[in-house]
Amino acid sequence: MYTVDPRRSESAEWADIWLGIDVGSDIALSNAVAREIIHAGLVNTEFVTHSTSGFDEFAAHVEPCTLEWGEKITGVPAEAIRSLAHDYAKAPTAQLCWTLGITEHHNATDNVVSLINLALLTGHVGRYGSGLVPIRGQNNVQGGGDMGSLPNKLPGFQDVTDDEARHKFEQTWGTTVPAEPGWHVTQMFDAMERGELHAMYIIGENPAQSEADTGRAIELLEGLDHLVVQDIFLTKTAAMADVVFPAAVGWSETEGTATSSERRVQRIRKAVEPPGDALDDIEILTMLANELGNEWADQTAEQVWDELRTLSPMHAGMSYARLEELGGLQWPCPTEDHPGTLFLHAWLWEDPMPRDPAAFSLVDWVPPIDPLDDEFPVRLTTGRRLDAYNTGVQSGGYRSPIRKGAVIDISPEEAASLDVTEGELVEVSSRRGTIEVPVRISHGLRRGLVFMAIHSPDDVDVNTLTLDAWDPKSGTAEFKATAVRIDKMTGN
Amino acid sequence: MLGLPDSVWAGADKRSPADDHVAYGGFHASQDRRHLLLPTLHAVQDDIGWVSHGALNYISQRVPVSPAEAFGVATFYDLIATEQAPPRVAHVCDDIACKAAGVDRLLDDLSDRLGDAGTVVNGGMWKRSPCLGQCEKGSAAFVQVAGAQNVVLAPVSVEQVVDVLSVATPASSVAPTPRSDTTLLNIATTSLEDFRAAGGYHALAHAITIGPGGVRDHIDTSGLRGRGGAAFPAGIKWNAVAAEDGQKYVICNADESEPGTFKDRVLMEANPFGLIEALTIAGFAVGATVGYIYIRGEYPSAHSRLSAALIEARSAGFLGNDLLGSGFEFDIEVRRGAGAYICGEETALFNSIEGFRGEPRQKPPFPTQAGLFGRPTLINNVESLMNVPSIVLGGGEAFASIGTGDSKGPKLFCLSGNVVNPGVFEVPFGATTRELIDLAGGADGDIAAVLIGGAAGSFIGEDDLDVPLTFEDTRALNIGLGSGVVLVFNTETDMADIVSRIAEFFAHESCGLCVPCRVGTVRQKETLLSIRFGDGDIVGKLELLSDLDEVLREASICGLGQAASVAVQSALELGLIGVPE
Repeated sequence: MYTVDPRRSESAEWADIWLGIDVGSDIALSNAVAREIIHAGLVNTEFVTHSTSGFDEFAAHVEPCTLEWGEKITGVPAEAIRSLAHDYAKAPTAQLCWTLGITEHHNATDNVVSLINLALLTGHVGRYGSGLVPIRGQNNVQGGGDMGSLPNKLPGFQDVTDDEARHKFEQTWGTTVPAEPGWHVTQMFDAMERGELHAMYIIGENPAQSEADTGRAIELLEGLDHLVVQDIFLTKTAAMADVVFPAAVGWSETEGTATSSERRVQRIRKAVEPPGDALDDIEILTMLANELGNEWADQTAEQVWDELRTLSPMHAGMSYARLEELGGLQWPCPTEDHPGTLFLHAWLWEDPMPRDPAAFSLVDWVPPIDPLDDEFPVRLTTGRRLDAYNTGVQSGGYRSPIRKGAVIDISPEEAASLDVTEGELVEVSSRRGTIEVPVRISHGLRRGLVFMAIHSPDDVDVNTLTLDAWDPKSGTAEFKATAVRIDKMTGN
Repeated sequence: MLGLPDSVWAGADKRSPADDHVAYGGFHASQDRRHLLLPTLHAVQDDIGWVSHGALNYISQRVPVSPAEAFGVATFYDLIATEQAPPRVAHVCDDIACKAAGVDRLLDDLSDRLGDAGTVVNGGMWKRSPCLGQCEKGSAAFVQVAGAQNVVLAPVSVEQVVDVLSVATPASSVAPTPRSDTTLLNIATTSLEDFRAAGGYHALAHAITIGPGGVRDHIDTSGLRGRGGAAFPAGIKWNAVAAEDGQKYVICNADESEPGTFKDRVLMEANPFGLIEALTIAGFAVGATVGYIYIRGEYPSAHSRLSAALIEARSAGFLGNDLLGSGFEFDIEVRRGAGAYICGEETALFNSIEGFRGEPRQKPPFPTQAGLFGRPTLINNVESLMNVPSIVLGGGEAFASIGTGDSKGPKLFCLSGNVVNPGVFEVPFGATTRELIDLAGGADGDIAAVLIGGAAGSFIGEDDLDVPLTFEDTRALNIGLGSGVVLVFNTETDMADIVSRIAEFFAHESCGLCVPCRVGTVRQKETLLSIRFGDGDIVGKLELLSDLDEVLREASICGLGQAASVAVQSALELGLIGVPE
């Protein structure tokens, strides 16, 4: 196991080799690995010839990305980059797994694409045991995507611009579906700023604390004509709302399904009654629709699911009975006698190829948007800790022996040069704002690299510091790379 | 042992520029070096007297293994202290053999002089201990000394314990063990020269002449059965391991911890080279290049003699790359246990060497297929191996002509408790309990019961004293021969106290891995205590003991739990306890 992470995290301690890259140098690493695989003659030539296109252009593109160049950009010794390239290429099976360290950048999509290139070079895709695995932070992030919670997709990842697909939904739903993709959340805030978005209905999200540059986010939310929030807790966003719908908890108070990272749809069962006035999401939505003049019948989760199965081919074979019997099924599962799909992209290995070959993409390393300079010389990266979820709405109410609280992690060397000790309050400033936060000394960091978790926005709002630059292709913001300055507090 | 740390991640003080951006280690490194965890814990314990959290964290970083795992291993063993302990800790035996010999009086006096067990006085502390394998002496103390050699005092007096706790570098004081000097104990020397003069290493030379298959044929025809308690035919094991390919191991199980057993200690102390030669022959016969001797931590003398003998044997070319010019490569490492009876169970012993908690594994796979480090492993007890040289030299058939139908060769018995001359006695298989007691000078007083096989064995009464102590005859009696314990109790003995002590032993030594044993042994102990000291309702308590017996025997995953109620039930059947007044 190799771990690539600017910090030597607890997971990295389990790795056979940890590569501590500089924040935002992921593409430099990928391209250097690719060049080394090519130069060492470790390309899976058969796969590349049969299943991909654009190899020659790609090889020429990464030619300047030598190990030495990679070391210069990433900070990682060339020898370690070489080991990664060789071990990955030679492994009988290998997976690339990633989470937000790859995607919370202004060039998130390019980061992912650079990893796909490596899988194409080596044939570590479309085979049992190999693949590309974005790991989800919560149990049903994949399920949200499955159900069409994306601005450009209908349930089952059918494109809203696909007339045939859209028509199918329109017939079943008896309404018109817009043919244009909607906004993702970052675009919505921009639209609010432009005065094009006046009202919001937020379900299970806490943007007042989770958006980058929270000062701006709160200001924009306050400026809305009308805000409705549906959540299981009275979050900071909910506290700002005109109307709050208390919702039942997904995994214990409602019936339904969730989809895991490996595309496995599993049954969720109700174990207890929701407290107080809280209702199942389906009930809330049905009541709201009927208030708005529709005549929706009360439906069970299974009835809603069965309707989805008629509309989403990849889910068509997944009856509740089968999900129950088999302990879940992996999509695509188009018919009731289909066993589900263990891994994706097997078609890449079929002969003849049923589709166009997979294309290599040419991506370049570019540094993070927020540059380091004499005024802001330290790189702040943000992330999660083991015991907490996101803004702490779901986890902050419980005690945990491993909770670190709102702190800034800095290396012993950084602490020495700042002349600060564990627990001492310091001032952290970025080009957008300043916060005060206690220091925690952590060996997993180095001079010039500091870390904060995002879980305690009520105590210390790290997103006061982060910038809201975002990836135009995916809509994710660059939470991972902020330039900051740390000052020892003087006088008390 | 661990070498110098090569980066800040492995425990170095200062960060190198490379440390900022790369670290090697993780799970695979942990697999490579994890077997050094217990030796490292021992090293800190030996030097400091306890393993602080800081030391444990550092060890975790250096091995590497997660701190929680290291803590789990450290706390598994009685002889590794994870809370601050004084530099000298005397573990004083309060187990059954010493009880029979009247050790309770000594323990009472110790409490009067030094306070209850666990009280720190003058930089020292005394504790009660399970059997220390010095049973023939009637009392014993094993003393852990920080920064110096651990010592044994046997027999021991109150004055000696008081003295030893206040002396920085105490010396051992151990009375010799009365013993037979026939076949198995006919050589007694710690000098390689004397060992060779007495015929040592002739067997290895002959083994090399007849080849591995020839050795195994002799073992097979000898009918040798394991002397550790399970009585498994050695030939089957040896051939099974020989049939496997790749890296293989041979192990000598010297974790002799069965209460009332001390023969292996006597063998190792008397003839360390003999054991080394025997294990070398075993390695040659099955195709192993590495051998381990796993010796219980309470045997410092046997450990130091074996360690010294290994060095001498190695420098004389009896271990190493090319033994006696045969091209055969073999070496042996000694590993020390740390106070855990369960580690005598073969798969728990593997886990202990590998640096895990000494918990038994599910079988199958059997050790011959997947033993130490997952490789085919031959594991035999000390006494079993000590028979090997004479089998190789004299031939399997000659060995098979000694003894009875299913029990071949000479056998050592450990006589202790209420006999006139306790000690180790060798007889050809076929001797009865009464004959053995006579060898030890007869019983001291009138016999109330004799415990055969140790805490995991059974009590027999006067009626069964003339049954030959062979595998087949004891099986017919529905008891086990075990490790050769013959522990005699006279009518003066408080048998309820003895049986409770056995139950307490199992409750203490249960590793906690499986529920039947973890819970069952504790409930058995509690129930016996409540029969002893409680009120009326004895019938219900006897029923509970019977239920516990069934659960322990049927559902425990290893021999410890399966045997934990056997002695208790035999005591009930004989009416030694549980008779309404």
